[in-house]
Amino acid sequence: MSEGRFSTAGAAGTRLTISRWLLFLVLGAFVLVYLTPFYVMISTSLKSLDEIRVGSMLAWPETLTVASWAKAWGSACVGIQCDGVKPFFWNSVQITAPAVVISTLLGAINGYVLTKWRFRFDNIVFALILFGCFIPFQVVLLPMARVLGILGLSGSVGGLVLVHIVYGIGFTTLFFRNFYITVPSELVKAATIDGAGFLTIFTKIMLPLSLPIIVVTVIWQFTQIWNDFLFGVSFSAGGGQPITVALNNIVNSSTGVKEYNLDMAAAIIAGLPTLLVYVFAGRYFVRGLTAGSVKG
Amino acid sequence: MHKWLQDHLPKIVLAPSFAMVVVFVYGFIAWTAYISFTNSKLLPRYQFEGLLQYRKLWEMDRWHVALDNLFVFSALFILFCMAIGLLLAILLDQRIRIEGALRTIYLYPMALSFIVTGTAWKWILNPGLGIEKAVRELGFENFEFNWLVDPEFAIYTIVIAGVWQSSGFVMAIFLAGLRSIDDEIIKAAYIDGANLPRIYLRIIIPSMRATFLSAFIVLAHLAIKSFDLIVVLTRGGPGYATDMPATFMYAMAFSRGRIGLAAASATIMIITVMAIIIPYLYSELRSKRHE
Repeated sequence: MSEGRFSTAGAAGTRLTISRWLLFLVLGAFVLVYLTPFYVMISTSLKSLDEIRVGSMLAWPETLTVASWAKAWGSACVGIQCDGVKPFFWNSVQITAPAVVISTLLGAINGYVLTKWRFRFDNIVFALILFGCFIPFQVVLLPMARVLGILGLSGSVGGLVLVHIVYGIGFTTLFFRNFYITVPSELVKAATIDGAGFLTIFTKIMLPLSLPIIVVTVIWQFTQIWNDFLFGVSFSAGGGQPITVALNNIVNSSTGVKEYNLDMAAAIIAGLPTLLVYVFAGRYFVRGLTAGSVKG
Repeated sequence: MHKWLQDHLPKIVLAPSFAMVVVFVYGFIAWTAYISFTNSKLLPRYQFEGLLQYRKLWEMDRWHVALDNLFVFSALFILFCMAIGLLLAILLDQRIRIEGALRTIYLYPMALSFIVTGTAWKWILNPGLGIEKAVRELGFENFEFNWLVDPEFAIYTIVIAGVWQSSGFVMAIFLAGLRSIDDEIIKAAYIDGANLPRIYLRIIIPSMRATFLSAFIVLAHLAIKSFDLIVVLTRGGPGYATDMPATFMYAMAFSRGRIGLAAASATIMIITVMAIIIPYLYSELRSKRHE
């Protein structure tokens, strides 16, 4: 189907143009609404504190300075530690990278089994896994804290990796299952007749077909885990915190002079990785978003 | 042996994930639910005490504030997200050449953490520096906009930031729904002389019931889970004026040392989510089997 529909709308010329103008006016107003906070973040991060106090929120800085960016990255105080958000940025990288890879792999193999090697009650198994996507995580915080303690992973990057893998499986399995269900089962049957086993079919037939869904899943997981705050704030401590927690500590610190330009610079640094992924691979991000919601 | 392995390999590779889900989702829910029936404070105790914590919960003003806030927030959040999402989706469905660019702009907040966007909103809504100051500088000296620090109105600032963040997402859901409607029906209506608003009101929107339901489920479940945005914008304050069950539970569990109470509030949360999600998942999985 073509984009948009009413190409043959037969209304008279002038009325059409007026409604067209109105249409763009409304769409443009919403563009402003959505972009203003981002604009304010960037312009504020480039202002000096004096200019922030005197000038308007919406004004572009008179003298551009990247001082607060440098400070946010390398020397701002997060709690008692004054090394900027840099170490926390790397914590987030260390948490996100393994958790994304492992949860995606598990999702791929689960989706493969659930669609191509069906067994009794497989639908129930899938439903049970899927339900994990929807729980409010408050309900697992207390036991998780204890289990991480028992495993010796309290407050560590490893503990958060484990948490994100466990609670990521639901979505990754959903994505791959819904994708593999569209791959013809005859393909698998034919391969079985040719003598290919379970793993050979997965690595030689299924995985090569899976590039699009792998991209969708990796982007989804990356965004979710990078942006996580609840698990980060519950299960990490001191120097092991992810960047979202560090950012919140900066923004909500009550000591000293409030440096808004610093807050904004730190926020942009924290948001940059997922924003870049969105700008360059937005199509796949949106597919994950709608797949995760519409096709429950 | 080899044959047995070949036959059972699929289940064996699925087993670790399934075991993790059983323990970390269902086992943990059961543990939390059990603890909610005990008198656990700083440390868990396993002696059964019945509904003690639930009685305490309902005697707490703070819990009632949290429930009221959840109700107000959810209602407004869902309503505004749906209205804006539907409006934008319909407008974008009118053969707009720059649709791709507009969609990208409307949806980018979803790629960002609430902590990041909340930082921006905290600043924009700050009475001394943000909107209030900007409007006063335009000449409206008496303009006031101090909702962020007003216990009565602070909850609405969370609605504003929440709607801003999520309405583009709802637009994407609705746009997908609009695009899946059969063109023939609409063409037929045109030939019958129906005009555009009428076609939307009478034909397109009623046929999108499933899309509305999905959007509602997603939004309701986002609303119940709201945590990050409250923490960064108001930290539940002023006082506990903007507490919601998610922040209430966190405060009881990690700063007040009242595990039993925290478990009880978490149990209420999961029951609420289950009441919404289970019928939905059930009907989704069922309808798929019948396809």
